[in-house]
Order: sequence, then structure tokens, then C-alpha cells
Amino acid sequence: MSILKTFKLGGIHPKEGKLSANSPIKVFPLPKTVYIPVSQHIGAPATVLVAKGETVKTGQLIAKGEGFISANIHSSITGKVAKIDEIVDSSGYPKKVIVIDRANEEIWCDNIINSDPNTTKEFTPEEVKQKIREAGIVGLGGATFPSHVKMSVPEGKTAEYLIINAVECEPYLTSDHRLMLEKGDEILKGISIMMKTLNTKKTLIGIENNKKDAIEHLQKLSKNYSGVEVISLKVQYPQGGEKQLIDALIKKEVPSGKLPIEVGCVVQNVGTAFAVYEALYKNKPLIERVVTVTGDSVKEPSNFLVRIGTPIESLIEAVGGLPETVAKVVNGGPMMGKALSNLSAPVTKGTSGILLIDKKEASRKIPKNCIRCARCTMVCPMGLAPYLLENLTNRKLFESSEKEGIMDCIECGSCSYTCPANRALLDMIRVGKSEVNTIRSKRVKK
Amino acid sequence: MGQSQLIISHSPHIKGKDSIESIMYGVVIAMLPALMASAWFYGIGALKVVIFSVIFSVIFEFLIQKYLLKIEPTVKDGSAIVTGILLGFNLPSSLPIWMIGVGALVAIGIAKLSFGGLGKNPFNPALVGRVFLLVSFPVEMTSWPRPLDTRTMLSIPDALTGATPLGLIKEGVAKGEPIAEIMKNAPSHLDALFGAIGGSVGEVSALALIVGGLYLLYKKIITWHIPISFLGTIAIFSGVFWLIQPEKYVDPLYHLLTGGILLGAFFMATDMVTSPMSKLGMLFFGAGAGLITILIRLFGAYPEGVSFAILIMNAIVPLINIAFKPKRFGEVKNG
Repeated sequence: MSILKTFKLGGIHPKEGKLSANSPIKVFPLPKTVYIPVSQHIGAPATVLVAKGETVKTGQLIAKGEGFISANIHSSITGKVAKIDEIVDSSGYPKKVIVIDRANEEIWCDNIINSDPNTTKEFTPEEVKQKIREAGIVGLGGATFPSHVKMSVPEGKTAEYLIINAVECEPYLTSDHRLMLEKGDEILKGISIMMKTLNTKKTLIGIENNKKDAIEHLQKLSKNYSGVEVISLKVQYPQGGEKQLIDALIKKEVPSGKLPIEVGCVVQNVGTAFAVYEALYKNKPLIERVVTVTGDSVKEPSNFLVRIGTPIESLIEAVGGLPETVAKVVNGGPMMGKALSNLSAPVTKGTSGILLIDKKEASRKIPKNCIRCARCTMVCPMGLAPYLLENLTNRKLFESSEKEGIMDCIECGSCSYTCPANRALLDMIRVGKSEVNTIRSKRVKK
Repeated sequence: MGQSQLIISHSPHIKGKDSIESIMYGVVIAMLPALMASAWFYGIGALKVVIFSVIFSVIFEFLIQKYLLKIEPTVKDGSAIVTGILLGFNLPSSLPIWMIGVGALVAIGIAKLSFGGLGKNPFNPALVGRVFLLVSFPVEMTSWPRPLDTRTMLSIPDALTGATPLGLIKEGVAKGEPIAEIMKNAPSHLDALFGAIGGSVGEVSALALIVGGLYLLYKKIITWHIPISFLGTIAIFSGVFWLIQPEKYVDPLYHLLTGGILLGAFFMATDMVTSPMSKLGMLFFGAGAGLITILIRLFGAYPEGVSFAILIMNAIVPLINIAFKPKRFGEVKNG
């Protein structure tokens, strides 16, 4: 057996918990009401285009992303705008949402093709970027960075590789896994569109070795596409981190503070590739996504194709309601997801899973003295010294922590996960990062 | 469970299995083979020293924390047990019990708790306890009962004391005798491997220490960096001297098998609290401890130097941590 590729620094291997890996994607019933946030992406919130009482069709543009880094928002159902409201989402803050009550009959926007098109239509790069932008596509791995921005290679740089992030290194989540098994062809079509747009000859699809069926499936399909290679990776968290994945696949380090294009790479999530296919061949904007609903005491861990704006509580009801033993609900995976205070918060473009955590795992343990075991430095994938960054934050030495590379932290949580003294290392690093950000913005003003 | 009782906290939401307790009790398990070997060769005396050392360490930690510092005692975390066993391992099996108590008080009270308890102590507490006893009671600390003779299976009464292999060599070299002559009266390599030699309770059986060390590595409680650089440096330096003057210097394997080197390499230099925080730092630390050990053994007044070597390296750990930071991913060098 050959040695599987992986990234070189640090990493952990938490229990995988992929309970829903064998549950085919089910189409989730249309909700009575959807709550569609105008900011589901990194960048400026979209500007609302509809007013209360207005009737909207499925796929209709309801909020427009202004400025380069922003994304369009579309109605995910047919109905009437009930109000423009605020709702507390997984950030813990109230966010502006467009509330739409569903009409009985679903009417799709005219140009959307709702069957499987058998087309090999060619597009110019400008058309592709335009359509990706119009469709409101963002990085579906969870970072939700607007995809059209990534598709625009800055002048003087070339995209030698398109890297498809199909790692799904977060425990429990299986939405990308199921998508690869069920929509492999569409994903590969989306990939070839992106390759042409980026003028890239080589695509690497990185998949962790705990998804052997997906690896085999895509390997078989990719034979019909030139320059597309599926690479099986060792199971190691956080391999889905952009910089870690590039390192694992092509052994290049993205320099600190720089983007992947610096080493000739554009990284897109596998779900994003599928969304690109839908946008180009079906004119379908991003109004639905696959969401894993899972947890150790969930009776039927499932994968649903869910319309954006569906309340999370209805997803929980669909898997048998909130079990008695559950004490925490997480939007995302167990390593980087956000704990929800409000279960009526909606599914957004970045929601890859809803994880129900049992009481025994939900609370933190009491922190003790650091025993200087150095495990945090050994597992940090960015080669930082988390114990030191925590200490510098406690002592309010933010300038020093900036020198120690605190801004390189990708917040993967490996340090807190590993710490035998139960210290909240990442919490303190987050505090430090936000202080350094403040210092930096003051510096710019001067 | 209703929505109002949901727990909110930042990620990560899951936690690895390692805890301070699992690490400490893992170290205790790893020390059992050496303890059993010592009981075999030295009888009940060896067990007595270790058991009393553990009892004293735990009791002192409990009493000082509860009544002097008035904080919640942390004896459950197992670190006092580890210190107790390690201190016992560093004592002759014939040491009077009250002296063990003094050693434990120094180790726990001064070297550990006065600095703020587990995690804050710059020096390895067990070694501080041992060195305190060594300079306070030099006679008792260097009187070694003879081990069980593996050929006759007869143990020799406690009253008779024998020197350690390193002591024999130091004495012989001082008299100007050639190594070959000294080695005729010293235990063989094989005796040193199994433990039929004079020495502190925990250091006699090289084999048992290696088994324990491998367990620590297997359980990922320690990494290979400190033991390998420590042992490697000793092998290289003693090897160089041996190759140049084999009549004056003993071979490197004998150095590795005797005295406190294996105990030090696997159990004391690797003490996480008092060792560096990066792999490069650990390599430097191990090499430094190895070098100082061999310098003391070959040129110092004492036959053995592991304790001093580790304590000296403990002292410069903060500097090592500054000098050897982990290698950062994608680091951009300034200028």
C-alpha cells in the first residue's frame, strides 16, 4: 500500500462519526415560511429588492450583492413577502432576513430549466463569471466566500491548478460525500467549466480515504475528463483547510497572509462545483443545498436537500425531534461549527450540517494549569505555539502575539481539542486576533 | 431538553481523550516494569522505598495545599504519585525512611508547590529532592545494597554494600588501573541489561526501563526527540573517547546500560513541565543533557551526572523556548 498524502504540520484524528454516510440525499419538503438572510456570505450584505406584500417566484432575485465582494440572494420558494425582519442566527446576533410565506403552487422563474439538461454548451470565461455572480454562488464548504471573486485570477498570476476541496474533514458531516456519490457527473461538468474559465490544465480533487466509494466513483467518471485527477488523502483534520489541502496535494506552502493563487492554485469546494453546473446549464441560482442532520442520539441521521431559509428546527423535527439527551445544537461540524441559541434560525448557504451533541459531550471540562506538554504546538497545522499565544493574550501583549503569527491561526480548534489541561486555547487566540485586527486598523489610519 | 437550556460555547465542541490524569497514570504504568525488576533484585527494600516515597509525596501535597496554601488539593491528578515514584527510583533501597520523607518534602513542597504547583515548576521535583538528599546525606545516598546474584539466585544481606558499576570505574580510573582490569570485577553488560547491578531503586534494570520507555512512546505520552538525542549524544561522545583511548574509557554501551541514563532519558528529561515546547528545542535539550552527563561521568568528581545534567538543562528551558520556536507554516521572513 502506498503512503497516503497529507499535510506536513500537526493535525489530529478525532472520531469520525460519519453516521449518515449511507443515507441518500432526500428532498426536504418545502417549508411553510422561509427566513432568508441578506448576508449569508463574506463581504457586504445584499441590498433588499422586494417589499412587503410582493409576490415572488422560486429563484427570483430578492436582494442584490453590490460591490465586488458580495453575493446575490434569491427566493427559495414561491410566495408572498410577509415582512423584512431580524432573526438571531448562529452568530448570536440579530440579522436582517426576508420572510416569505409559501403559496400553494410553486412557480419557477421562466429561464430556469428544472430537468436534467443534456447539453454540452460552451461558455466564454466572462459569461461564466457573470453567471456565477448572478446565481449568488459562494464557497459551500462553510467559509462562504463569493465564488466569482475566486474565479477572477489577478493580473500577473496564473492558475496552474484548480483544486477541488472534497475532503470533508469535519467529523459527522457527509453532505459533500453524498453529493459526490449522487451528483458525480454534474460535479465534473462544473469542474470543466471552471477549468476553462481559469484557463487551467490540471484539476486535483482531494478526498479523504474514509470515503472510498466516492473516490472510486469520481475516479471512474473523471476518465472522461482530461486533466482531472482524484487524489485519496490520509484522514487527518484539518485537511479541508485551504492551505493544508494545497500542501497535501502539491507540497506548496501558501505564504503567511497570502491567497492560494500565490502558489498557482484556485481552491473550490465540491459543492460549489455542483452549484456552478446548476447555474450554467440550468440557470438555477443557489437556492438549495445538501445539509447533514446528525448526532449520536439522532435516530435517523440524514442528508437533506434543503431550500435556503428553512428553519433549522424543522430539520430537527424531520429526524425525530430534539432527543432528551441532547444539550447542544451546532450549525456545522463539531470542530468549527457554531452553537445555536435559536433553533428557528434558518439554513443558509454555508450550512453544511446540523449536529446534535449529547449532554456528556456538550459541556467543557474545568481548565487546569498548563502542564507544558507541548501537544498544542505539535498539533497546530500552522506551526504556531498556541500555549504562548494564549499566554500573550492573557497578558495583553498583542503586539508580541502578532509577531508570533497569531493572525495565521485558521481557528481549526486542534489545540483546544488536544489540551489535556482543558484550556480554552482557541478562545483566547480569537480574543487576541480581534485585538490585533483593531491594532492593525489603527495603524492603517495613521 | 428545551431550547432555552441549550449550551452555547465556541468551537471546538468535542474534546480529545487525553487528560492530565491519563498522562500521569500512563507514566505510573510505564514505571511498573522497572519497579518489579528492582523488587526482584533488591527485595522488599526497593518496594518499601518507593511506597514510602509515594505516600510522603501525596500526603505532603495534600497537607500543604489544603492547610498552607488553602487551595483545593490536586493529588487526584496523579502528578504527586509520579513524583513520588521517581524520587523513590532515585534513592538506594537501603535509605532510612525519615530521609525519604525529607526528600519528598523538598520535592513537593519546595520544588513543586512553592512555584505554583504542577505546570509552574522550572525544575524536575523528584530530581531536586534527590540532589538535596545527595548533598545532605552523601554517605547514605551512596551506600548500595548488593543485588540478587542471578547465577546463584542468592540474595546477599542488606548489610553488605557494593559499589555501582560507574563507581567502580571512577575509582579504578582514579587509581590509574586500565579499563580491562577494572571490568574484571565490574558487572557484565548482561547484568546491567537485566539489573543485577548496584544502584538506585529505579535505575538498575536497563531492559525494564526500555520496556517502560517504549510504552510511553506507544501511548504518545512522550515523543522520541528527548530520549533519542539524550542517548545518541551520550553514545557518540563516550564512543569517541572510547575509540581514542579504549584502555582509559569504557565502551558507550556500558555507559548507556548503567547508572541513571535510561531512567533519565525516558522518565525524567521527558518530564513535560520542565522540558522545551518544540521538537527542535527538545532535541537541543536532550543533546545538552547527554553532553553534560558524559562530561561529569568522565571528568567530574561524581561517578554519575544525569541528575545534575537534567537540572542544568531545566534551568535554560525558557531560553531554549525562545531560541527554538516551532517551524511556522508559510512563514515569510522579514527583510
